[in-house]
Amino acid sequence: MVNRLLLYLELIRMEFVNNLAYRSFYFTGILNYSIQIGAYFFLWDAVYAGNRVIGGLDREEMITYVIIAWVVRSFYFSNLDRRVGTDIREGKIALELIRPYSYQMVKYARSFGEAIFRMLFFALPAGLAIYLIRPFTLPIGWDSVVMFVIAVLGAFVINAQISMIAGFVVFFTKSPTGVYKAKRVIMDLLSGLLLPISFYPGWARDIIQLLPFQAVSYLPNMIYLGQISGAAAFKVLGLQVFWITVLGLLAHLFWRFAVKHVVIQGG
Amino acid sequence: MKLIEARGLTKEFRIFSRSEGVMGAFRDLFHRRYRILRAVDGIDFAVDRGEMVGYIGANGAGKSTTIKMLTGILVPTAGTVSVNGYVPHKDRESYTRGIGVVFGQRSQLWWDIAVIESFKLLRRIYDVPREDFRRRLQQFDDILGLSGLLNLPVRKLSLGQRMRCDLAAALLHNPAILFLDEPTIGLDVLAKSKIREFLKEINNEYKTTVILTTHDLGDIEALCPRVAIIDRGKMLYDGSVDNLYSQWGQDKLEDIVKRIYMGQKPTSGSAGGGWDIG
Repeated sequence: MVNRLLLYLELIRMEFVNNLAYRSFYFTGILNYSIQIGAYFFLWDAVYAGNRVIGGLDREEMITYVIIAWVVRSFYFSNLDRRVGTDIREGKIALELIRPYSYQMVKYARSFGEAIFRMLFFALPAGLAIYLIRPFTLPIGWDSVVMFVIAVLGAFVINAQISMIAGFVVFFTKSPTGVYKAKRVIMDLLSGLLLPISFYPGWARDIIQLLPFQAVSYLPNMIYLGQISGAAAFKVLGLQVFWITVLGLLAHLFWRFAVKHVVIQGG
Repeated sequence: MKLIEARGLTKEFRIFSRSEGVMGAFRDLFHRRYRILRAVDGIDFAVDRGEMVGYIGANGAGKSTTIKMLTGILVPTAGTVSVNGYVPHKDRESYTRGIGVVFGQRSQLWWDIAVIESFKLLRRIYDVPREDFRRRLQQFDDILGLSGLLNLPVRKLSLGQRMRCDLAAALLHNPAILFLDEPTIGLDVLAKSKIREFLKEINNEYKTTVILTTHDLGDIEALCPRVAIIDRGKMLYDGSVDNLYSQWGQDKLEDIVKRIYMGQKPTSGSAGGGWDIG
């Protein structure tokens, strides 16, 4: 048990060091995010002309929401779906089956190593730079900061699990690009990254609330803004735990099926 | 109790056969037709501890499929298999601690990181005590000459260098059984002989059981007193190499194997021993 923990810590460290070698790759990423955030800033600035309140958020809150949503995304985002999909398509998954470890845990650990790197070299610098250019609202109290940080960690896990499942789906379709794209669009739309969930019509909100996606972006952002606080914030964390359990179970079933039906090309 | 024991081991693959033309493509949308390919067809196979067995067969004969079942990667369609006291595909996490696997066509080392980092990670994965790790690495280095390679990332290694590192990686945890799937494929004469020498020494010192598939009969001649020949999923011969020579009365293993692949039977009298004509 302790040994496994050391292994996963070692993997986190390794992936972090590994990413240091690809620093330059992230500069383009930062540029990309700056353009995205800039565009949304002007968009919402125009939409909010004349001090309105839409979907429970005023102009300042909306701009903060957009900035926080994208900065946090730069932390939790990962290519796990592509990695798992590639492992399946190229038969590399066979090499994983001869190792005495949990394939999923190894993937999650490496993703987390990457996420720590992204936080230090991507999310935090980007957040700071934006703040210097255009100050945005900071959380009101320490309690919402703590709750927000925990919720963001939960968001990482849920996003990783959804990506893992998307990767396993490649096993059934054998045409991966469609799966990756669908996952990306669903995540961006239903997580609240592009549009706060409170902006959707009632019937859509009812559906979205039954899905795990809003726990990745919308709910943590609302904790940041102080719109969700106290007992309600704890309920968000509880909801995240619930979805982590359900998605973990689902990923496990997919894994079991994939292993049983694994077909490696050649030989 | 044999170390490896397989009975009636069978693996079938379901292959989707595509219909021709546009109409065919439409038909396939609603009704898929499958063809069953029996890659391994009821083979029996037993190996004792410390044996070195060569496993040969023409391309597509079912060698790799057998290896993949023995290593727990593929689940057999029928038959039983027990290796080192485990059912490979069932007790995967405990079973794989006791085996080492090398695929000649594919490296198991992490592509972007230095070889030594991969080794250190493997030490963690298999819980190898630090002292054992250091000692084995030293020993492997003596025979395989790894020292110049350890700080390079795998992508910068030549095929021969990579294979030496892969072999060392598969043995760091001192497995009871080493599975090698075409370990000398694409290697030059010198690299091959180095690897053969290494395998001999490992087998000698640690009594490691070695199962190796190959197309290079030089590997068999140098390493394996026993050879198993598979063709179209069926075991054609399983016995000593010496016996093969005496049955066929020829002096080149290559000629003998060529004849076997072509479906011929030995001409000289003693056609009994080892032949499994089913």
